[in-house]
Amino acid sequence: MNLLVCINKTPDTTAKIAFTDGNTKFDTNGVQFIMNPYDEWYALVRALELKEQHGGSVTVINVGPAINDVVIRKALAIGADKAVRINAEASNSMMVAKNIADYTQANDFGIVFTGKESIDFNGSELGGFIAAYLGVPFLSYASSMEHDGTTARVTRDIEGGVEVADVQGKFVISAAKGLAEQRIPNMRGIMMAKKKPLEVVEPTSTDAHVTIAEYALPQEKSGVKMIDPENMDELVRLLQEEAKVIA
Amino acid sequence: MSVLVIAENPKGNFKKSAFELTHFGHLTAQVLGTECTALVIGEVADAGQLGKYGASKVVKVAYDGGFDTTVYNRLITQVAEKVGADVVIVNHSANGKALIGGLGVALDAGVVSQINGVPTVDGANLVVTKPVFSGKAFAKYNISSSNKVLSLMGNAIPPREVGSDCAVEDLTIDVPNAAVTIKEVKTVDGTVPLPEAELVVSAGRGMKGPENWGIIEELAETLGATTACSRPVSDTGWRPHHEHVGQTGVAIRPNLYIAAGISGAIQHLAGVNSSKCIVVINKDPEAPFFKAANYGVCADLFEVVPKLNEAFKKALAQ
Repeated sequence: MNLLVCINKTPDTTAKIAFTDGNTKFDTNGVQFIMNPYDEWYALVRALELKEQHGGSVTVINVGPAINDVVIRKALAIGADKAVRINAEASNSMMVAKNIADYTQANDFGIVFTGKESIDFNGSELGGFIAAYLGVPFLSYASSMEHDGTTARVTRDIEGGVEVADVQGKFVISAAKGLAEQRIPNMRGIMMAKKKPLEVVEPTSTDAHVTIAEYALPQEKSGVKMIDPENMDELVRLLQEEAKVIA
Repeated sequence: MSVLVIAENPKGNFKKSAFELTHFGHLTAQVLGTECTALVIGEVADAGQLGKYGASKVVKVAYDGGFDTTVYNRLITQVAEKVGADVVIVNHSANGKALIGGLGVALDAGVVSQINGVPTVDGANLVVTKPVFSGKAFAKYNISSSNKVLSLMGNAIPPREVGSDCAVEDLTIDVPNAAVTIKEVKTVDGTVPLPEAELVVSAGRGMKGPENWGIIEELAETLGATTACSRPVSDTGWRPHHEHVGQTGVAIRPNLYIAAGISGAIQHLAGVNSSKCIVVINKDPEAPFFKAANYGVCADLFEVVPKLNEAFKKALAQ
C-alpha cells in the first residue's frame, strides 16, 4: 500500500512569538522552524511502520516555498521514500488540503496521514478537508491504528476516553500521541536523504475563503501573587473574591 | 440566511457544551439579524430545552449509527440547506474537529476553528478571533465566503438562559451507509472530561509516585474538579494517558487550574495557558510555572495540598 504523509513546517515550540507590519505578519526573524511534531513523531513514523509491515511506499508532501526543503529532507532522513513539494505559500488549510487532495487523486495512495493539528494555527482542519475532497472517511485524533492489510482498527481520542472504529478501503487519519514513537534520523538516513527524489509541482488552487486580518499578543499577566504556605484560607478567599473562579 | 448549531448529545443527554454552543449561536444570530436553529442527531431527553439558551427551533434527525464523518457531514449539510443556514457552528470537540473540514468542503464555506468570541461583521466579511501558536497569540480572521463553518472553543462563553423551551421538529434525512464501524466507546463516567472542565487539579513529578495521588484526588473531590497530570507522569504510567494536559496531550481552558509539583515547561504551558486563573504549588522558587501563574505557593506540596483542601472544605461549607 502506498502511503502519503502531510508534513507542515512550524515555528519551534519554544520560539518567541512576535509580529511585524502592523501586527499583520508573523515575525520569522530569529525563529527556528521544525517539522510539526505531530506530523513527524506520530504520522510519519506510523506510516513507516506500516510500510515495514506490509510493503509499499511512504511519500511525504508539503505545501510551501523552497526554503521548506530542509524540513522535507529531514522526513526523508527519518525514512520516507520520496517527497513532493507543492510550490505555493500555504495561505490557509483549505487551500493546502485542496492541493494535497488533487495530488492524492492523481496518484494512488491508500492512506493519507496528517498530524492532529499544527502547533502554529492549531486548526485540526486539514485531514477533514482532504477526506471530504477525496470522498473517503476521516479518522481524527488517532492514538492507535492497526492494519491487517484489509481492515484498519483505529482508536480515536475523545472527551474522557477513546472510541474504537474499524474502517476498510482508503481513508485519512490524523495522528495524536500514542500512534507511534518518535524516531531520530541516523547518519545513514541523513546521507541517503540527499539522494531521494524531491518532486516540485505547481499548485492546482490558491483560492482562499479566509484571511488573517491581524494578530495580537495576550495581555501580560499582572505578575504572580505569592501566598504564605501557612495561610491557605487567604488563597481560598482570593480565589473566591478576587479571581471569582469558585463560588 | 440563519445560524445552525450542532448540539452534541453523547449517551442521550446534552452536556454543558451543547448549551454553550446554542447560546453562542443565538448571540451570533443576533449580530447577523437572524435566528439560530439547533440540530440534534439521534435521541435526547428534552430537546426543546435548547430554546432556553436562545434556539428559536430544534430540528431532530433520527440516526442510531455511530459517529462517522461521511454520514454526519451529509446529514448536517442537508439540514443546513433545508433550514437555509449559511453559518454552521460546532463545538471544538473531538467530533466537532472531525467535522469542520468536511462541512467546509460540502458547503464551499470558509472555515475557522476554535473561535473564542462572538463574531462581528465588517462589510461583507464575518470577523472571528481564535488563539494561535498554542495560546501564545490571537489571530483575527476575515471570512469572505457566503457560507461559514466555525468551531467554538470550550468554556469560551457561559451558557445563559434567555428564553423558554422551543418547538422540536422531527426531520427525516437520507444518509449514506456508514463507512466506519464503531466497535467500542470507552469513556470515564462520573467526572467532567478535561476539555470541558471548569475546575482542574493537576500534579506532576513532584508527587514522587502514583501512590501519593490521594491528596490530589481528595482536593479534586472537594472542588468537584477533574484531575490532570503532566507528560512525564502519564509517560511513566503513574496516571492514565487521557489525564495528560499539555501540547501533546489535552489542551484545556478551565476557570481554575491548580498545578502541584509541575515545573511548567513550555510544552505544558501550551496546553494550559488559556486557563482563566492558575495556581502553582512548587517548592522550587525558580520553577518557570510561577511566571505564568496568578497565585503561587512556594512550599512542599505534601504539606500545602492537604491544608488547601481543608481551607476549601471550610469555605465551601459556609
